[in-house]
Amino acid sequence: MSYIRRTRDEMAARVARDIPEGAYVNLGIGLPTLVANHLPRGREIFLHSENGILGMGPAPAKGEEDWDLINAGKQPVTLLPGGAFFHHADSFAMMRGGHLDICVLGAFQVAVNGDLANWSTGAPDAIPAVGGAMDLAVGAKSTYVMMEHQTKAGESKIVERCTYPLTGVGCVKRVYTDLATLAIGPHGVTALDWVDGLQFDELVRISGVPLREP
Amino acid sequence: MINKLYASVADALAGVPDGATVMTGGFGGAGMPNELIDGLIEQGARDLVIVNNNAGNGEQGLAALLKAGRVRKIICSFPRQADSHHFDSLYRAGKLELELVPQGNLAERIRAAGAGVGAFFTPTGYGTDLAKGKETREINGRMYVLEYPIHADVALIKAERGDRWGNLTYRKAARNFGPIMATAAKCTIAQVFETVELGALDPEVVVTPGIFVKRVVKVARQGAMEAA
Repeated sequence: MSYIRRTRDEMAARVARDIPEGAYVNLGIGLPTLVANHLPRGREIFLHSENGILGMGPAPAKGEEDWDLINAGKQPVTLLPGGAFFHHADSFAMMRGGHLDICVLGAFQVAVNGDLANWSTGAPDAIPAVGGAMDLAVGAKSTYVMMEHQTKAGESKIVERCTYPLTGVGCVKRVYTDLATLAIGPHGVTALDWVDGLQFDELVRISGVPLREP
Repeated sequence: MINKLYASVADALAGVPDGATVMTGGFGGAGMPNELIDGLIEQGARDLVIVNNNAGNGEQGLAALLKAGRVRKIICSFPRQADSHHFDSLYRAGKLELELVPQGNLAERIRAAGAGVGAFFTPTGYGTDLAKGKETREINGRMYVLEYPIHADVALIKAERGDRWGNLTYRKAARNFGPIMATAAKCTIAQVFETVELGALDPEVVVTPGIFVKRVVKVARQGAMEAA
């Protein structure tokens, strides 16, 4: 039986479904940014940006950009009524101090014990850059990862042990991919849901690691 | 009469020595004190250690300081950007030392310096390459890494309004590293778009009290929208 992978927007919508009213949330650069477009209208959620914003709103209309009001990806954003600005130490205290409920990050690899690799491929000629990735990984009450299930070469990004340099140890609670939603707990990885037409055995084979059924 | 207002960028930057550790505010372009950095290029100090979140964008500000060959080392969290070519080429040529620090550790190390904290344990970076060789400790069942403060000789920051006592307010997310860098340097120099009389800043909204600021200089706003 054939199956169709979730699009990036479908992945974002799946993550958005799990973000409750009143949550303080940081959406990482790249794929996780899409989640903002899928938060249900009427559900009040506080978006945090590492550069000192709570209550971050959508991108401004063309011509309305204010370069003193940018997000972590350095793109112009807006501030919702009730939003606030603060300095960098306060912003990272919100993470490190466990005040953020959910952080959604992209990843190169997630290990079955929750280890996260998302900041460096370890290539010898690469210029290293970490930004807030390590702080976000360990800071929020729940760290979610949103990523393609496999690399372009078809290798699973869910692994026994990360081969790329770690961002955080045992920090990932949930993984949203184009094939499935996975929960990581003390007893391993549980597949919560997966795309129609994909058999569970096939999901396990593609993942290359043991998975439990819900 | 105390007057921390300086007549020109050149006056405000007088005396920055060679070999100084210089913090520069900003996250990307927001909060980057471009006029002060341009002034530092003019002023001529070299062999500098720069502390900034990034490592310069495009051709202006920090990128221009790097290009001018004035920087020995940079302490930052995210040097690699689409337009960080001056950093990239100097780093690849081995002409620039890099200390890469997770962004929250960078902020907290600056804050610790300003607050007189000798060192602190943080969970960020534990078990990663960036914590290699550092002291670790288990506290209440969680693993932490020992990090030390970052002190500076000079901080160059961008604020919105200032008065002759050095009180400052900021604008939107351009605040970022400004308030903590102001506390961590022996000499904090702030560029502002507007200088006001004492008492004109609402004391309830002063973000950086003047005790942290030595010099204030007014610069012209280059249009309300400044590209990142």
